[in-house]
Amino acid sequence: MRLPGLRALSISTVAAFCVSLSLVFFYAPIEAEEGFLQKIFYLHVPLAIVTLAGFVIGGLMAIAHLRTRDQRWDMRSYVVIHMSLIFGVGVLITGSLWAHASWGHWWVWNEPTLVSFLIIFLLYATYQPLRFAIEDPERQARYASVFAITAGAFVPLNFIAVRLSASYVHPRVLGSTSNLPGSMMLTFLVSLVAMALLFATLCSYELAAKRTRILLKARSRILGFQ
Amino acid sequence: MSDPTDSGKTSPHAAMSRDVHARPGRPVHAPVGTTNKSQAGPGGPSHAPSAMQELDEQHVRADRPVHAQARTLDVVLALLRKELLVELRTLESIPGMSLFAVTTFVVFHFALNQDTVSGQEAAGILWVTLLFAAMLGVNRLFVADADQGGFDGFLLAPVDRTALLIAKAIALLTYLFVLELIAVPAFALLLLGPPLGQALPGLLAPLALGDLGVAAIGTLVAAMVVRTRARDLLGPMLTLPLLVPVVIGCARATAPLLQTVHPGGLQLRWLGTLALYDLVFGLIAYAVFDFLLED
Repeated sequence: MRLPGLRALSISTVAAFCVSLSLVFFYAPIEAEEGFLQKIFYLHVPLAIVTLAGFVIGGLMAIAHLRTRDQRWDMRSYVVIHMSLIFGVGVLITGSLWAHASWGHWWVWNEPTLVSFLIIFLLYATYQPLRFAIEDPERQARYASVFAITAGAFVPLNFIAVRLSASYVHPRVLGSTSNLPGSMMLTFLVSLVAMALLFATLCSYELAAKRTRILLKARSRILGFQ
Repeated sequence: MSDPTDSGKTSPHAAMSRDVHARPGRPVHAPVGTTNKSQAGPGGPSHAPSAMQELDEQHVRADRPVHAQARTLDVVLALLRKELLVELRTLESIPGMSLFAVTTFVVFHFALNQDTVSGQEAAGILWVTLLFAAMLGVNRLFVADADQGGFDGFLLAPVDRTALLIAKAIALLTYLFVLELIAVPAFALLLLGPPLGQALPGLLAPLALGDLGVAAIGTLVAAMVVRTRARDLLGPMLTLPLLVPVVIGCARATAPLLQTVHPGGLQLRWLGTLALYDLVFGLIAYAVFDFLLED
């Protein structure tokens, strides 16, 4: 099986990470209030953005699946959500570390972004149990798509609801990216691109592996193994 | 419902048959139009037939939605009647939900070691209890249909599938209403510090909006998990995160009402959020429900 895009994607991911990490450590200025700790911002925030985008994209792919009934869309939706879940663990860990370092607590209920992220993560954690509790592959794909659409719509709504409920006790240090100085903004954007490329590469690898496995199964059936 | 032969057809077929029985109407008008045209010739009066045809078409067009709506409404009412009848005869959901809620209040009394609660604490206990009690109803909502062939029977019937969603959601709404009729006075009796009378008028709107949200999400999730292996486990796991915004809205909206000193008014901001959430999830449930019922 030839996979021409995969090599290019992998190389560009590695290159983007080299650039982004060198920008983070050698170019971006040390933040005045938080010092060196603030560097985790370049890891945590792109990770979170890519994860949430992955959840929403998984929902859009599920819509494509239900509209076209093309099983490949379901596989893409599954891979993207699955990868987002793995990235989500990273978001929670880096967020927790950052919260501990800057506020002294491992978990902060007053930070609406962190809390909404946890709720969304808990919801998506049921995606795989739901999916694999259904035997029939066609129904499994259909139900998983319905879940992905519902949960995809839940992502922004939940953010609005939790944000409304939070009282801003803690100052939101660098919470919004709009007031970043230029050099930090550049570093942040490069980190975001690198993280998105990493996400795309890992998804492509998983998709390629799944396709190869299906192909192998089909070939071995033709050849009469099993 | 003017045509009795029409009511037994499937919805795509029904659309076709409506076309068929709309056609006999046309020849009646068409000759009139053509004779008018031939008599008047090319000129002003030629508007008359076209206007008439338009009127005819408008009549036909206006006829269709009425047909479709009447049929879906009938189906919803029939399904709802069946649902409530089954519940009345088996008493599987409502007594269990109510008893669970009352027992939970007792458990809260011992767990918190408090005789009375008020404010945010009271709102939290009330909503958590109602939510968990609702979960029992949600888990049972489609079980009979899945286990005893209700789905197959419904899918064989030539009706709009959304009717099942609407009927089940209304049935769940009814269960929740009865649950609250029992659980809210029980809460006031067992745990609530301030008298219920002063808070009750303000409680109605959050209760209604919360119920709508639980009904929409609960019905969708119940349909999603009922034909999976671990449905009793998956139902609450899916429903609880999806209902977190409802809990936020309801608990925040009712907390000021349940204060012992200086009870506040209802916060409209939360009611707006709740209404928006209910609306969006109602629409999502409506959009995706058909896909859950395809086999």
